[in-house]
This record gives sequence, structure tokens and C-alpha cells, in this order.
Amino acid sequence: MKAFFNQRSDSVKDIIQIRWHGRGGQGAKTAALLFADVVFSTGKYVQGFPEYGPERMGAPVTAYNRISDNVIRVHSNIYEPDYVIVVDETLFDSVDVTKGLSKEGAIIVNTARDKAEIIKLLKGYEGRVYTIDARKISLESLGRYHPNTPMLAAIVKVSGVMSEETFLKEMQHSFEHKFAAKPAVIKGNMKALRLTLQEVK
Amino acid sequence: MAIDVNKITETIYWTDITEGCKIEASGNSKLFNTGDWRVDTPVFIAEKCTQCLLCVPVCPDSSIPVNNYKRADFDFAHCKGCGICAKVCPSGAIEMKMGER
Amino acid sequence: MSIRERLSGNEAVANAMRQINPDVMSAFPITPSTEIPFIFSSFAANGEVDTEFIPVESEHSALSAAIGAQAAGARSLTATSSCGLALMWEMLYVAASNRLPIALALVNRTLSGPININCDHSDSMGARDSGWIQIYSENNQEVYDNFVQAYRIAEHPSVRLPIMICQDGFITSAAVENIELLEDKEVKEFVGEYCPENYLLNSRQSQSIGPYAVSAYCMEAKRAQLEALKNAKQVVLEVAEEFAGISGRSYGLFEEYRLADADYAMVIIGSAAGTAKDAIDQLRADGQKVGMLKIRLFRPFPGEEIAAALKNARVIACMDRTESFNSQCGPLGAEVKNALYNAGQAPVVINYVYGLGGRDVAVENIASVYADLIGIDKTKDAGEKYRYLSLRD
Repeated sequence: MKAFFNQRSDSVKDIIQIRWHGRGGQGAKTAALLFADVVFSTGKYVQGFPEYGPERMGAPVTAYNRISDNVIRVHSNIYEPDYVIVVDETLFDSVDVTKGLSKEGAIIVNTARDKAEIIKLLKGYEGRVYTIDARKISLESLGRYHPNTPMLAAIVKVSGVMSEETFLKEMQHSFEHKFAAKPAVIKGNMKALRLTLQEVK
Repeated sequence: MAIDVNKITETIYWTDITEGCKIEASGNSKLFNTGDWRVDTPVFIAEKCTQCLLCVPVCPDSSIPVNNYKRADFDFAHCKGCGICAKVCPSGAIEMKMGER
Repeated sequence: MSIRERLSGNEAVANAMRQINPDVMSAFPITPSTEIPFIFSSFAANGEVDTEFIPVESEHSALSAAIGAQAAGARSLTATSSCGLALMWEMLYVAASNRLPIALALVNRTLSGPININCDHSDSMGARDSGWIQIYSENNQEVYDNFVQAYRIAEHPSVRLPIMICQDGFITSAAVENIELLEDKEVKEFVGEYCPENYLLNSRQSQSIGPYAVSAYCMEAKRAQLEALKNAKQVVLEVAEEFAGISGRSYGLFEEYRLADADYAMVIIGSAAGTAKDAIDQLRADGQKVGMLKIRLFRPFPGEEIAAALKNARVIACMDRTESFNSQCGPLGAEVKNALYNAGQAPVVINYVYGLGGRDVAVENIASVYADLIGIDKTKDAGEKYRYLSLRD
């Protein structure tokens, strides 16, 4: 069907498209919405939306982001993402996570395993592959397993949609608003972001 | 913005009917003479009546006028002759005349 | 001064409601509209609005409570989706025939079954003949803007009818996107105070509402109700013009996108119209003369205006996001063909059913429809005129 177009118009080709894979309850949708929030603060047009299937804890969940300098009009799911984020590595068995992923783009996987091991699972994906141990970072900084905060920092770093400095400033601001009554949580979340920015590889 | 209920009749044009058929008036059920429907007619026998007034609240059309805690004869403009009052009366003070208006 | 924000469609509607500060909201939660009463009830609890929030035990009760409140003299509203709207069915007609300008935020979701929580227009299309004004929205900005305009249309003295502001479930209701909000003060001034001429709690003038109408009155009553609905068309335009003055955003009865010189036109409703715009730009870049008409006002249906806007189109696709089970057309297809016939126009019209139960609509799917239209024009063979888009067969 793509061959129907001889050229892509400007309104489409300047959009950065991101797909999140997670499981119900892990916060992939929340991470996509947080990502939309933080990119919005840089003055861009954003979209953040989930694809709703069965609403069950543990069921595979897909969420999406579009980012552009222009108004985003398209309202479909994303089939040819520039970036894919895998919040739960057990999804490799059931979900084709690199489907349609641009080889100029990248995939970010939450794992403690070596990158070489992950690459073997990616069905010959030719683009960049990044890993981050979000479990370790989350437990170290928050004392609980909330992978969405580290994964958010990872996509900011890998996509380069905004500077790390701006990102940290905006997130500090956002956490202060969200967790006004729990300063310890703000500190932990900020630590998770900083650690991720250093450790994503 | 009270309306003249007398103007709402079965010959009214759609352009003149009230918005949503709302009736902006009060007490207008008096204008509807249900007495026309009467087939059987109650007769009030004043000498048997103890003025217990049990008949008054059961009348569906408020056709038993009460003044100074005493009932008077029926309001035949509205009495449709249902006979509930005659059934309720403990003193035999209301008799139904069948087939009489 | 407009406020640059990012909100989901549901958040956008809840914020419009907050800015309007209505008297009464009654609601019962149902996916995907639950967030609207959920967010709004927190506004009520936090004292950000003066609204009496009534949690009820069903959607039938939700609309019944809104009807009672509106009849009593309060500006009322509710929100629902899918089977919730179906459970309101009886009361939809009561609200409209009693001429009560209630606003309903509808988040479109398919009607069961098979049981499905995702978007299509079967709920609101089923209610299209209930006498409500229906306005559809492409995105969060439109649903916000439409809701701000809703009461001005519904409460207009020549209209006084309930209004349904529709948006696509999940696709826009759950999607966070950029939006420009008006200042609270601007919205309050634009919407104004609700001052009904008469109402049940008016101690100076009694009122009976919803009386029995025997056959001698019923047709006259319906005809008068139709006139009010017809009046809504002009009021929609007047309110839109005034709204453009405060927001800078223009609305009409429908939106034409690259339609004036288009040989191949699509008539579509809701979020897929945005996707269609991207498809059209790409096809135009390839030299294809394609365009689109996006429905905003579906009830009353602006048939004459739509026929006039489509007068240059040779082949038209009517896109229905619902199945009408009549074996020849969907509700939009029926309306458009009726309008064209009355205008003496006879282009080829292909009616597509698409996007049922949340079936995704991508730019390529829309492009395939235009490819069909172009092919039909070349071969002069329309083939099947009632088709399904993106169906596995």
C-alpha cells in the first residue's frame, strides 16, 4: 500500500514516531504520557496514546508517541516507528517488537543481559540497539520496581529530542508538582533519571 | 408569560403549539369538564351524612367541595361518576343512580 | 490570551465543563468516557465549580436526573458512551421533546456485541433520530471548542434542544495532544448565565412539563420540535462566528479540505478526518485531485450545503463508522445520497463501512479508498457500492 505514494509530504516526514511495549501495570502508557508531557515543554507538538486491548495486569500493552514541529493530524496507530522501547523483555516471545522499526532508528530494551544476547533475539534488526537495567536502577533509587521512570530517561537520551539538562529541569519541576507531599519520592525519581542517562548503552 | 389555556384546542396549528407542549398556567384542570364523561351519578343524601369527609380525599377529580370542614353537594361539572365515594361512605349517604346523568 | 496545554480529549471536555461551571452534573461511569465525570467530580469536590454532582445508579437515571434538573431551571449535563447511551434511550427522546437544552459529552464507543470497548459511531448514530443536536469532533481541540459552544447553541431561544458533543473513544478521548485553552473568564463570558424564561421552580409562574399529548396534538408537537432543530443550523453558524472572535478558530457546519477542485471526494466524521488530511496532502503531492468534507453538524443535517460543496466531485466515498444493517448504506451514506438526489446531482457514491470496534485507520487505508475512487472513474465501473474497508477477505 505504501507504494501508492510517490513522495511523502512534509507534514508526515517530520514526525518522530515511538512505540512502547510493556505489560499491563508496568506503566508503559504512563511513560508514553510522561514523555509527551516533557517533550511538550520544549514547545513541540506531541501525541501520547495507548492502544487498548484487554485491560488486564500483565497483558501485553502498546503505547505510542508522535513528536513534531508541526500540528499532528494523523490519528492512527504507528506501524513504522523510529524508536521502540521494550519495558519488559519477556515480551520477545509473544510480540514482534521490531516490526516496522526503521533501521535508521533504535530499540531500547530493559534488561540486565548483555546487549549481544539481546541482539540475537531481534530477528536481524539492523538499527541501533540500547539496553538499560531499569530494574536495578529503580530498586537502587526508589526501592521499588517502577521501570517507567528509567525508560523515560532512556528514550530522551537515545532520541535526543531534548537536552539532558532541559529534561532534568522539566522533570524536577513536574515531580515537585506531582509529589508535593512526598519529597523523598522526588529525590528517588530524579536519581533514577540521572543514573539512566549515565548507564543506557 | 402565562398562556391562555383555552386557546390550546384540538384545532391548534403546529406553529401555535407551546414549546414542548409545556403549560405555563396553574389550576387549569378546572377547565377540563370531566363531568361530560359521567354515565352513573352519585346522589348526596344530606340527612344521612355524618360529615366524616372520608369521601373527599378518594375523589379522583376533587368534585366534592368542602367549606368549613363540611362537604356540600357534588360538583357535577367535574364528577365523572366513578362511584368510589359511594363505596367509601360508611353511612349510606351516597347512592349511585345507574345510567342517569 | 490562549493557554498552551496538552490534554487528552476527556481532560479537554472536563476542563470546558469546569470553565462553564454548570449547575448540575449527573453521571454514571462507562469506558471510555469515565474520566470525564471522574475529573469533573474532583473539580466539584475541590470547590473549583459550584456544580451539584449527582452520582447515580445507571445511565437512565443520569439522564433522568439531568432532565429533572434542567426542567427545574438548572443548566445540566452528563457524559456517557456506548451501552450507557443505549440505556438513556427512552430519556433522550424525553429531553428533546420537552425542549430541555442539556449538554451530553459523548465519547463514541461501539455498541455490544461482540463486546468491545473501542471506537465506532454506532452509539450516537443509533440516537441520531432522537431529536438531539449532534456535533462531531476530530480531535481534543475541536471537542473542547465544540463543548464551549454547546450551550450557546442549545439554549438559543429559537432552538432550546439538547445537544450531544461527540468525540472518538480512546482515539481522541485517551490521547494526549497539544491544545489551546481559553481563559476561564473568556469562557464564562462567552457562555453566559443560564436564564430560562420559565422553569418548574419558578414561584411566580407555575408550569406543567411533559404532558400527555393525544393524537390530535402529537403531530403538531413533533413538527414544532423539528422547526427548532432546523433553526439550530443558523444558530450553529452564528455561535461559531462569535467563537472565532474570541479563539481565532473557525468552525462551520462542516469542514472542506482541498475539496473545491477535487474530482474525488470523501465525506467522513471524527478523528479519521485528520488521518485523511495527511493522505490527501500526499496524494495531492502526486498530482491527484482529491479532497474531503468532514461533518461537524450531523443533526440537523445540512443537506443542501453539503450537496453544494460536493457539486464538482465525480466520485464520492461516504465513510460510515457504523453498520446500519439495511444492506445498502450506512447512516452518513443515506444522508449524503439523499442530499445529492434532492439537489439533482448524480455522482457515483461508494459507501464504506470502516473502523468498527476500534479497527485502526491509517493514512494508507484512506489512500486505498481514493485509489478505489480513481479506479472507478477510469473504468466507469463502480462495482459494489457498499463496501467494507480494511476487512480481511
